[in-house]
Amino acid sequence: MKNYLYVFAIFCSSFICAQDCHSILLGEIVDFHDNSTLSGATINITGKNLSTVSKENGKFTFKNLCDGVIELEISHPECTTKFVTITINGDTFSEIRLEHHLEELKEVKVIGDVPKATNSAQENVLSVKDIERNSGNSLGDALKKIAGVSTLNTGGNIVKPVIQGLNGSRILILNNNVRMQDMEWGEEHAPNVDVNANQNISVIKGAAAIEYGGDAIGGVIVLEPLPVVRTDSLFGKTQLNFSSNGRGGNVTSSLTKSYKSGLYIKAQGSYKKLGDLEAPDYILSNTGINESGLSLNIGKRDFEKGWDGYYSYFNSEIGILRSSHIGNVDDLINAINSDVPSIINDFTYDITQPNQEVTHHLGKLSYYRRFEGFGKWTTQYDFQQNRRFEYDIRVGDDADKASLDLKLTTHSVLTNIKFDAKEGFDFKVGALGRYQTNFANPDTGVRRLIPDYDKYDFGLFAIGSYEIDNDWTIDAGARYDFSRIDAKKFYRVSRWEERGYDVDFADIIIEDLGTQLLVNPVFDYHNFSGTAGLHYNLNDKDHLRFNYAYSQRAPNPSELFSDGLHHSAARIELGDLRIKSETSSKLSASLERNTITWGYTVAPFLNSIKDFILVEPTGVEFTIRGAFPVWSYRQTDAVLLGVDASLYNNWSSHIRTDHKFAWVRGTDTETDTPLINIPAANFTNSITYTNPKWNNFLVSLESQYVFEQTRHPDNIEVFSPEQQENVILDINTPPDAYHLLSLNTEASFTIKNKKDLNVGLSASNLLNTNYRDYLNRQRYFVDDMGRNISLRLIFNY
Amino acid sequence: MKTGTTMKRNKALKTVLALSLMATVMTSCSSDDDTPEIVNEEEIITTMTVTLTSAEGTATLQSQDLDGDGPNAPVITADNLTANTTYSGSIELLNETETPAEDITEEVAEESDEHQFFFGLTGSIAEVTYSDEDGDGNPIGLEFELTTGDAGSGTVTITLRHEPTKPNDGTLADAGGETDIAQTFTVVVE
Repeated sequence: MKNYLYVFAIFCSSFICAQDCHSILLGEIVDFHDNSTLSGATINITGKNLSTVSKENGKFTFKNLCDGVIELEISHPECTTKFVTITINGDTFSEIRLEHHLEELKEVKVIGDVPKATNSAQENVLSVKDIERNSGNSLGDALKKIAGVSTLNTGGNIVKPVIQGLNGSRILILNNNVRMQDMEWGEEHAPNVDVNANQNISVIKGAAAIEYGGDAIGGVIVLEPLPVVRTDSLFGKTQLNFSSNGRGGNVTSSLTKSYKSGLYIKAQGSYKKLGDLEAPDYILSNTGINESGLSLNIGKRDFEKGWDGYYSYFNSEIGILRSSHIGNVDDLINAINSDVPSIINDFTYDITQPNQEVTHHLGKLSYYRRFEGFGKWTTQYDFQQNRRFEYDIRVGDDADKASLDLKLTTHSVLTNIKFDAKEGFDFKVGALGRYQTNFANPDTGVRRLIPDYDKYDFGLFAIGSYEIDNDWTIDAGARYDFSRIDAKKFYRVSRWEERGYDVDFADIIIEDLGTQLLVNPVFDYHNFSGTAGLHYNLNDKDHLRFNYAYSQRAPNPSELFSDGLHHSAARIELGDLRIKSETSSKLSASLERNTITWGYTVAPFLNSIKDFILVEPTGVEFTIRGAFPVWSYRQTDAVLLGVDASLYNNWSSHIRTDHKFAWVRGTDTETDTPLINIPAANFTNSITYTNPKWNNFLVSLESQYVFEQTRHPDNIEVFSPEQQENVILDINTPPDAYHLLSLNTEASFTIKNKKDLNVGLSASNLLNTNYRDYLNRQRYFVDDMGRNISLRLIFNY
Repeated sequence: MKTGTTMKRNKALKTVLALSLMATVMTSCSSDDDTPEIVNEEEIITTMTVTLTSAEGTATLQSQDLDGDGPNAPVITADNLTANTTYSGSIELLNETETPAEDITEEVAEESDEHQFFFGLTGSIAEVTYSDEDGDGNPIGLEFELTTGDAGSGTVTITLRHEPTKPNDGTLADAGGETDIAQTFTVVVE
C-alpha cells in the first residue's frame, strides 16, 4: 500500500511540475585535454533512478525528461568524478568535458587544468599522485610543483606558500570551503593543514576568486575532498612514508563509506614524526617535528538538497633550529660570517626550546537546497580555534613556560544563492558575517607581541559568468567588505612617544599605568574588490584567458600592533597603527595549448599595489643585551611583474619531458629600489619514463635550478658593540644560485585487487648539494637540507 | 518506505538544526571584553652595576635600561679609575621594572654552571682575573680583580653568556651560548 502511494506521488509530482516530459538529453563526454571522446563513462541523474553508459563515440541519451534543471553525476574509471547541472529545455545537447588521466601516461598530468572557480584567472590543480608523493611534506612543498608557486621557509618544516611573489595574509587558504584563520600573519606561521586530509588541491593565482574573499591579492589555495560517488561502497587508503633525512616518516589512512542514497561518511587520520634534519655536512639540531591530524566528514548529497558536516583537528610541534636562536646583533654578525652553525648536537628525536606548538580545530556545517527554475541556495556556519604556543630558551622557573600563547577563535556564517536556471549564464550573490577574538595569555610573563582583539567582518558579493558562444566566456564580480578591529593593547610609554602616537592617538588611551599605557584602538576598513575577465577558445586546443582584478586588503594584527623583541627571531618588530588598507590592481593573461603530444602555458602578470605593506630591516636599537636589528612595517607603492611558463612534450608513449620557469620582479616604486623577499627566478626540467606493462612502472629525474636573486634591498650599517665600530650587517645579501637533482620511481602491484599497492622510492637533493635559499629565514645560520631518500607504500582497499 | 525516508530526512535536518543552535549558543557564550591583564617582564635585566674597590676608594660602572627592549638606549655611567691599581670587582644585576627591584644576581649565582661573564679590555685597562668559580671549578665572573695600567683611556666590555661552553678558552667565540648582557664602558684612568 505504501509503495503504491509512493509511486502515485511521484507520478503526480512529475505531472504537476512539468507540462512536457518528453524532452531528450543527448550528451557527449569529451576528454578535456585533447577533445577525444570517452566511452564507458557512467552517467547518473541525481535524485532519479536513471543511469546510462557512454558509447564508443562518447555519446549518451536520456529520454522522457521533464524540462528544468537536472544534475548529472559522471564517473569514469580513469577520471575524477564530476557533477554537472544541465538545463533541459526541449531536446537538449550537452558536451561534458572530463579530465581524463590517460592510462598509458597514468597520472602524469598535463598543465592547464580544468578551470573551476573562475573562467578567466590562472588556476592549477595538483594531481592526487602529486599529493601522494608529498604526503610526508607540508602543503607548501606540495604546491611548489605549480609554476609561480614558491615557499617562504623557516627551516624544513615551517613552509609558507608564496604565489607570484606574495605570501602570508595575501594568500587565502580555503579548507573545505572554510577560510583558514590560523594566524597567517607571522613569517614563521605555516598553514595549519594536513596535506593528506584533502585530495583535491588547487591554486588560483591572484584575487579573481572574489567569492572566497576580496583581499587575496596573492591568490587562493582551495583544499577540498574528492566528491563521493553515489553508490553503496566502502573503500579506504593507507599510505606509509619513511624518510632518511629526519629518520622518521608518516602514516595516513582514510576510510569512506558511501550509500546509494547520497549519504557518505569519511574518516581520515595522519601522524608524522621526524627527528633532527640534516644538511650535507652537519645535523640541523632541534629541527624535528611531531604532527597529527584527524578529520571526519559526514553528509548527504542529493539533487534537491544536501548537507555536509566536517570537523578537523591538526596539531604540530616543530623544533626551531637551535643555532638560529641568537642573543644580539653581534651574534647575528658572527652567525652570518660563520660557515657552520654555532651549535651542532647529536641526532635526536627530542624537540626542545626554541619550538612552537600549534593546535587547530575546524568545524563546519553546510546545507543547500535547489529551487526549481531558480537556482541553488547554500548556507554555512563554521567555527575555528587556533592555539599557538611559542617556546623560547628561558631560565629559572620560566624555563618551560611559553613566551607566546595566543588563542584565536573565529565564527563565520555565509550564505549564497546561485542562479543557474538559464543555460550559459551563471550568477551568484552571497553574504558573509564573521566574528573573531584573539586572547593573548598574560601568564607567559612576556609582553604580548599581538594584543587581545575582537574583529568583525561583513561581506557582500556578486559574481557572474556568461557564455557568449562556444568560444567566448566572460566573467565579472564585485565585492564589498567591512572590517572592524577593536584591540586592547599595552604600550611602553617610551615606545608610544618614539612612534609619535602621543600626538596622533592621544584619545585612545584608556589607562596610564606609569611605564605602560593601555590603549583601545578601534579601526574600521571599507574594502572594495572587483574582477572582470574573458576566456576565448581559439580552437579545440588553444585557449586565451585574460583577467583584471582589483582588490583591497586591511592590515593584519601583526602589521598594526607588532611591538617588541621577537625572541625566536632576535629582532625587534614594529608595526604601525597608521597603516591602512593596501590596494592591488592586477592584470594577468595566459595562452595555453593542450594536446595529446604537447602543450604549454605562458602566463604573464602585472600587479600594481598601492600602499603595499612590507616589513624590512631598518636599523638597530640598543638594550642591555646589546644591539638588536629593528624590522619595521611600512607602506609604499610597489609593482610586481612576472611570468610563469610551462611546457610538456610526449616524445613517445613512454617518454615525456616537463619544463617550467617562473620569474618575478618586485620594485618599490616610491624609492625605485627592489622589494625584499621576492623569490628568485627558477627553472625546472624533468624527464619521465613510464611503462604501464611493467606494473605501471615510472621513473623520473628532475633538475631544479634556482637563480641568485640579484635584486634585493641594500644591507644596513649598524654599530657593533663588540667591535666598537659601525659594520655592514649583511642581512639582505641573497645566497648563490643552486642546482638540485631529484629522482622518483614507482610501480603498482596487485595484492588483492588490481594494482592496489603502489610502491615509490624517491630521492631529493640527490647529489647532497650544499645550498642556501633566499626565502629561508635560517639561511644566515645553516645550509638547507641535504639528501633525503624516502620510501612510500600506498595501499588502496 | 516513504515514511521511513522522510523520517530519516527529518532526523538529519533536526541534527543540523540542533548543531547550529549549539554553535549559536557557543558564540553568545564567548565573552572576554574584560580589560587585559598587564604583563611586567619578569626575567629582564635592566641594570648592571659594577663596583670596583681599592685602597684608594670605590668606583662604579653602571648600565641602566629601564624600558628593556623599548626604544631608549641604556644609560651608561663610569667613574674614573686610578692608574696602576688593582681593584676587587663585583657585579650586581637588577630588574628595576619591578618594585621593589628584583635581584637577578642571585639567579645567576644559583645557576653558575650555566653562566659566565667575559671581559674585553682595551687601552689603559691591563688585566681582569676571575675570583670566583662554579661547582665544576670554572670561572663565573660575579667577583673578579681588575688591574689598571698607566694613565689614559680604555674600555671594558662586559658580556654575560647564558649556557656557554664550560670550560672555554676565555674568548666569546669559544664560549658560544646566548648573550644576556653585552655592555661597553669607556673609562678614564688617571
